[in-house]
Amino acid sequence: MTGEQIIFLIVGAVTLIAGFLVVTVRNLVHAALWLVATLFGVAIIYTLLNAGFLAVVQVVVYIGAIAILFIFAVMLTRRQAAETGPAMNKNWWGGAVVAVLTFAGLAFLLQTWSGFSKTAAAIPSGFDAVNQLGGALTSPAGYVLPFEVASVLLLAALVGAVYLAFNKK
Amino acid sequence: MIPLSWYLILAAGLFSIGLFGVLVRRNAVAILLGVELMLNAVNINLVAFWRYGDISLMAGQVFAIIVFAVAAAEVAVGLALVISVYRRRNTVVAEDLDLLKW
Amino acid sequence: MTFWNDPLKVAADWLTGIFTGWGMPSAGAHVLVAFLGVLMLITILMVIDIFLVWIERKVVARFQDRIGPNRLGPFGLIQPFADIIKLMIKEDTTPDGADKVVYNIAPMLSMMSVLILWAVVPLAPVMLGVDLNAGVLFIIAAGSIGTLSIIMAGWSSNNKFSVIGAFRQVAVMVSFEIPMLATLLIPTIFSGSMGMNAIIQSQDIWFFFLSPLAALIFLIAAIAELGRAPFDLAEGESELVSGYNIEYSGMKFGMFYAGELLHAFTFGGFWAIMFFGGYRFFGLEKVSPFLAIAIILFKALLGYWVIMWVKYTVMRIRIDQMLAFNWKFLTPVAFVLVMVTALMNALLDGAPSWLFVTGMILSNVIVAWVAMEFVRSAAKQEREKVEVPKQVAEAHH
Repeated sequence: MTGEQIIFLIVGAVTLIAGFLVVTVRNLVHAALWLVATLFGVAIIYTLLNAGFLAVVQVVVYIGAIAILFIFAVMLTRRQAAETGPAMNKNWWGGAVVAVLTFAGLAFLLQTWSGFSKTAAAIPSGFDAVNQLGGALTSPAGYVLPFEVASVLLLAALVGAVYLAFNKK
Repeated sequence: MIPLSWYLILAAGLFSIGLFGVLVRRNAVAILLGVELMLNAVNINLVAFWRYGDISLMAGQVFAIIVFAVAAAEVAVGLALVISVYRRRNTVVAEDLDLLKW
Repeated sequence: MTFWNDPLKVAADWLTGIFTGWGMPSAGAHVLVAFLGVLMLITILMVIDIFLVWIERKVVARFQDRIGPNRLGPFGLIQPFADIIKLMIKEDTTPDGADKVVYNIAPMLSMMSVLILWAVVPLAPVMLGVDLNAGVLFIIAAGSIGTLSIIMAGWSSNNKFSVIGAFRQVAVMVSFEIPMLATLLIPTIFSGSMGMNAIIQSQDIWFFFLSPLAALIFLIAAIAELGRAPFDLAEGESELVSGYNIEYSGMKFGMFYAGELLHAFTFGGFWAIMFFGGYRFFGLEKVSPFLAIAIILFKALLGYWVIMWVKYTVMRIRIDQMLAFNWKFLTPVAFVLVMVTALMNALLDGAPSWLFVTGMILSNVIVAWVAMEFVRSAAKQEREKVEVPKQVAEAHH
């Protein structure tokens, strides 16, 4: 058991437990805070995968913006202090069966793939992932078109969200 | 070292948990929380395949960044919808929003 | 590699040797030595934090034409220790109906978000916590955790003033992250890297001279991120009875307060690193790492003094004025500045340094002048809306 494997097992367990608490806790603000814990665990997984830039962007975008947006939305849509009614709808056992079947199906499908248990190749020295990523995102032979389309999408989402939530008096 | 299977199983588990949340929760905001978990699971998968495949092909990381942007856009619009529905119907329980049903 | 040239590596090797001599596996020894290094850094930071309280009170006193604490110890130096003892022996209350776990974790998260910033601050060319190649983004990420802690504190206090204060503070912090991120791109453009050490090493000419407008916008955005005046509407004592801090007493309040001061000092340090050369001072830092540490601490204290100067001179502005200022002025100016800087950097690439500096300063002055012209015309329109009735009154006689 190398140190890296121990770290992965701990972080993976924390992420899965926090994820499970997100979908089962009744108090929604607590659920949003457990989401923050899950997102942080995913950021550590990115660091284990040598994608440090993505880990920092995950914290900035997901925890710094999306999780806070969730907390604001939960606070603005509460009718009273106590949460009334059940947290889950009456078909929760069906949802659980579907979720377990999905997991089993995915696991079974993946393990029939030949490359399922391969280990990572070492990173060549002098490989700067941030540099390569920047080049890929801005070069015409790379992914500049999806990058620009994503920014148009964000603009549309911005205008749409402001219009939808605007209080027309 | 960590075999690829560990990351894939972790991502599959997180995806299933998110799916459970979407199918089972009554509150609309909680459903969006489940969707966020699913998007994160997909991202772990993408980055793991980038790392365990050809590192010089940046498609994995680029795709993951596009998923970040799309997730942010979707959460913003989704929560704006939930808030504007709350203003009219004073409820965010998904079962009570059934005006289109016969 | 003697002790005076590279103290951390010498100490780490010596300690690792001792631990492996005791029979610990080498990986475990490395982890333990790293952990001890982190512990030492945090201890030194908290000691600096104590003296920041003293500095703050003396400086505010001088700005307000009085002396400040001078009874306890020479020049009042023991005063912060008395403050700490008072905070520790105060009753540790938790409001009825508050969410206990969230309420107790919030001050810890707030302090944590400040302390982890020091992992990327280069104290000397060889003394650096982690040389992240995305160090600049790490600052923003740590700020996000601070934002989260404020919302947790405000909501869990079960108090309407807390919630309003926390909402306002978080709205301001999230809004001002954008011009901060844009102006942090400018040292990145000049140095070609987001790592802090690389940014300092490429500052043969301080970036303040290459882009003074970026330094100014970064300072404004940083003061807003810190939640200090003039952007402290969230905890303005006359408005909201200290906002998200209301229900906190004793050492938990102490953690918020000390965390805020340390945060201000840290951002003074970042201002120095990004725009004033960090630990560099005409080659003095190569003499000894201790000299480099002294240089960067001195520059961080100067930055902290500028932040305090702004706090005790400028009036507080309203929340809607703050947000309008950010979205209608600061963000467009920051984006235009990034585009102009990137353009000028590409155009003047390879030019002799006097031409480069002059071209950059000129582009900054032009962007600032155009921005001020827009502000002037907007202000004139506002003024005309208010002053027209006066002219109508004068026409009657």
